[in-house]
Order: sequence, then C-alpha cells, then structure tokens
Amino acid sequence: MIYSLCLILFGVGLYCVIAKRNIVKIIIGLAIMEYAVNLLFVLFGYRLNGSAPILDKIQETKNIVDPLPQALVLTAIVIGLATTALLVSVAIRIYEKYGTFDISKIKKLRG
Amino acid sequence: MNHNLIPLFVIIPLAGTFLISLLGKRVRRLPDTLSNLCTLLLLALSLWCIPAVKASGMIVYKVGGWVPPIGICMVIDGLTCFMLVIVNVISFLVTLYAIRYMEAYTSKEHFHTLLLLMIAGMNGVVVSGDLFNLFVFVEIASVASYALVAFGTEHEELEASFKYMVMGSIAASLILIGIALLYAQTSTLNMADMARVLRAHSSPKVVLFVSILFLAGFGLKAAIVPFHWWLPDAHPAAPAPISAMLSGLLIKTLGVYALVRIVFNILDPTRILPVFLFLGALSMLVGVFLAIGQWDFKRLLAYHSISQVGYIILGIGLGTPLGILGGLFHLLNHSIFKSLLFLNSGAVVYTTGTRDLQELGGLREKMPVTSNTCLIASMSIAGIPPFNGFWSKLIIIIACIQAGHPVYALAAVVASIMTLASFMKVQKYGFFGALKERWKGIKEVPFTMALSMVILSLLCITTGLLVIPGVAEHFLKSAADVLVNGKEYATLVFESVK
Repeated sequence: MIYSLCLILFGVGLYCVIAKRNIVKIIIGLAIMEYAVNLLFVLFGYRLNGSAPILDKIQETKNIVDPLPQALVLTAIVIGLATTALLVSVAIRIYEKYGTFDISKIKKLRG
Repeated sequence: MNHNLIPLFVIIPLAGTFLISLLGKRVRRLPDTLSNLCTLLLLALSLWCIPAVKASGMIVYKVGGWVPPIGICMVIDGLTCFMLVIVNVISFLVTLYAIRYMEAYTSKEHFHTLLLLMIAGMNGVVVSGDLFNLFVFVEIASVASYALVAFGTEHEELEASFKYMVMGSIAASLILIGIALLYAQTSTLNMADMARVLRAHSSPKVVLFVSILFLAGFGLKAAIVPFHWWLPDAHPAAPAPISAMLSGLLIKTLGVYALVRIVFNILDPTRILPVFLFLGALSMLVGVFLAIGQWDFKRLLAYHSISQVGYIILGIGLGTPLGILGGLFHLLNHSIFKSLLFLNSGAVVYTTGTRDLQELGGLREKMPVTSNTCLIASMSIAGIPPFNGFWSKLIIIIACIQAGHPVYALAAVVASIMTLASFMKVQKYGFFGALKERWKGIKEVPFTMALSMVILSLLCITTGLLVIPGVAEHFLKSAADVLVNGKEYATLVFESVK
C-alpha cells in the first residue's frame, strides 16, 4: 500500500519535468523523482517494527531491517547530488546567456 | 593468469583524472602527456585481455578478497574483453587527436580530467560484475559526459547539455527502480547470483516489468528511437573528440552493452526480444530519414548514430547466434567509422570554422588526408564492400532472413541505401566539387590529428577481415557466445571464483 505513495511521488516529479516550463521547476521535479526512487528502495529493505542492523554479542539480533538498501540509497543520493549540482550550474549559465528560465524561449536548436 | 590487473582498468584513468586536476594548471604539458599515457596503458592492458580470455575463458577479480555472492566482483569474459578493446582503442586515438584540436579551447586540463573520468566510467561499466556498481559507473560516465557536452558554454551547448541531463536523470531513475525491484526479488546484487536466483524461482511478471524498465532506462542512454531526441542536440554540441567518444562509445557501453548484458545474462530475453527487433528497425529507419535532410555535418552524423544503433539492436534482438554476431560486429565497426567521421568533421571545423555543408566544397584539393579518410568512413557506414560496414550489415540481413523476418531485412536494406544517399551528399557538398574562394588559404590538419584519422581508416579496412574464418575470429565469436549462451554466465562466474 505504501509503495503506491512512492508511485504517486514519482508521478508528481515526472509531471513536473514534463509539464513545467521553468528550468528551476524541472530541476525540482527531477529531484522529486529521485527521492521517490530512493524512498522505494529503502522501503524494500524495511521490516515492520524492525531494529537497527547492529551486530551485538550479548543480545540476539532478530527482525532487523536490511541495511544494504540504505547503503545503496546513500550512494544514489550522492550521485543525485552530483547531477543536481551540474544541472543548477548549467541553469545559471543558461540564465546568463538567454536571460530567461523559460524553456519555450530557449530554442536555438531545431530539427 | 594474473587477475589482479583487472581493477587497473578503472584505477588508471581515475588516477589520471586526479593528477591532472591537481597539477594540470601548474605543469603546462602535463594534461596532454598524462592523458595520452593513461589511454596508451589502457590500450595495452585491453589487448593483453584477448589472449588471457582465450586461455582461461573467464577472469574474475574479487574486490577486497570477498567471495562474490557477498562481495563485489569484476568479471572479464569474451564480451567484456571485446568492449574493452573497442573503448580503449577509440579513446587512445581520441586523446591523440585532442592534443592539437583542443588548443582552440581554454582550460585543457578540465577537458582531460572529464575525458579520463568518462573513460573510467565506461571501463567500469564493462568490467563490473555487480549490478549496483554498474549503475554507479554508468552515472560516473554520464555526469562526465553532461559536463563535456556543455564544454563550449555557448548558447547551443548549454541548451543541448540541459536537455541531455534531464533525459539522463530520468533514465537513471528508471534504471534504479529496476535495480530496486530486482533486489527485492532476489536479495542480492551480484549479477551472477541474481541470474541464479531468478532461474530457480521468479515471477515472470516482475521480470518482464524490470526488463521494460531497463529497456526504457538504457534505451534512453543508447538513444533507441522513442527515446532518441536528445542525441542530435547533444552529440554535435560537444567538441569533436567528445562527439566521437559519445557517438562511438558512450551510447554503446552505457546503452547497448549494459542492456544486453542484463537482459541476456540476468533476465530472460525471450519475451523482450520482439520489442528489440521492432525498436531496432524503427530506429534504423527514423534515424536515416531524419539524417538525409540535414545540412549541419555533425548533426547529420548524430542522426546516423541513431540509425546505426538500430542495426545493432536489430541484430542482437534476433537472438540467433548469427544475428548476435552481426549485431556485435556492427557495434565494433560503427564505433570505428563513426568516431572517424566525427574526427573528420572536427578537422573540417578546425580548418574552416564551419560545419554547414552548403558553405563547404572542394576541400579535397586542400585537405587530402581528411577527405580520403572521410571517403573511407563514408563508404564503410554506407556498406560498400570491402569495407567493414558491408560485412556486418550483410550478416545482419542474412540473419534476419534466416530467422524468418524478411520485413526487417528489407528495412535494413532500405536504411542502408538511404545511408549511402546521405553520405554521397556529404562527399559531394563537402569534399568534391570546385574549391570556394574563401577556402583557398586553408591547410591540412596537424600531424597528430591526421595520424589518428589514418589509423582509424586503416582499422575500417582491416576489421572487415574479422569475419574470415581463421583470422582472429575467436575475438568476435567469444563475445557473441556470451550472449548466445546467456544462461551459462552465472555458472561460469561461480566456477571461476572457486
């Protein structure tokens, strides 16, 4: 059930990327999509009422959440950061060149 | 057999990146020298792989000594070795070319930093035996390529790069969802282990959904037709050596290689292959129809990349041994002649400053090396015997007919004829005809640029020999076998780590 929320979040991001004309809003849309995917990935590793996956000698560990998706999502967030930083820096350069954030006015390329 | 050399494919370019970004500003000749040295070393390493793979079949390196189902591994098999040779041959020639070409731009050290980072990413994609690692390397190469497309920082470059980045980020999200679903199904990330678990028990619906996600994600990176429209903007906007890298290598390693590796070796290809066939044929035709009307030299070449990737996908999508062989052979040939063509267009831009075919004309008299190598490349891409493009297209067409798809064979023939027509246009307007007054003063390009073009054109002629039985056929065949016997991948990996 909770997975469908991820789908909705992903849909919101995708809508934002496709329908919006402002470059900054497109970047935000991409970020929302990324978060939706990361959330989905973490949810796959989650157990209901699970404990943190720390190996302990005294206490027997049971019903722990899967730590691997968390590690992977951490990497994915870093990758997303790199992409977003680059997107924003290109957006700044585009604003310097064209004087607008509106993609319908940025169309030197055709065909 | 020393498997400890495998990580060097990633370490060497990464070390180069680090040193160039650290010292590039202080030592003037360092960026060029170091980047050429790195790619030369990589070339030697990748050539060493050929006999090594022939001797032992598969080489696995265990990162940190952890045994694969738990730890990460790097795998070199026939297909990997094939791709490594392609990537490193082209990147060496491109860095050789870039020495003089990039003098027109400022901040050469940034260029070489990003270029080596991209090579590290591509080598990493190819050698990785772990699905999430593959994703990370895909993103390393992509981020470097986004920055390289915007390298000129003019209006067109920035716009093209932004488009490319948006598409690339969507593709990355789709791929990550696919990986997440596969992880949820199999609880492992090792590619071989994943394949083993999926063979034992899997729900066909999830597998199909995941293959569609990967097809969309990697299809975006490979510019297969419904996902193609960023490519004709992005590839021409980059500096010519980067266009050659993007069209010749990036769309193949990040797109085609990653897609077929996952679909054939991890998932089940049978249900997704008809889609491959259809999209391949569609790309072939749409790409070439859009290309024929272009007057911008580099844009025309970019549209041809879409069309030629269509051939590769069509050949591999047939799923028969001959079709896969033809598809991979075309992948090799396309990376050679398309890089050569982009380097030719770079040479034209270097001397004349324009890439509009209507303004050019008669360059043959003044630039014999460029125009002759361009003629060879044009004939290769158009499929004129005895150049390499002819043999691979012939194999694909024969394989289509053998597999009972005469319509696709016909489409391949039509696309080939259209390719010939559009390259006759390039030759006629660009290189033949009367020399225009304003180009009287131009000279041939410098030696290193000419050298790399000549080597590529010699490769165009000689790689055609790979199909003749007895001449290095092992190289191509062992690559095709990996896909033909896709299900054996898992067993082979686990046997070689024991």
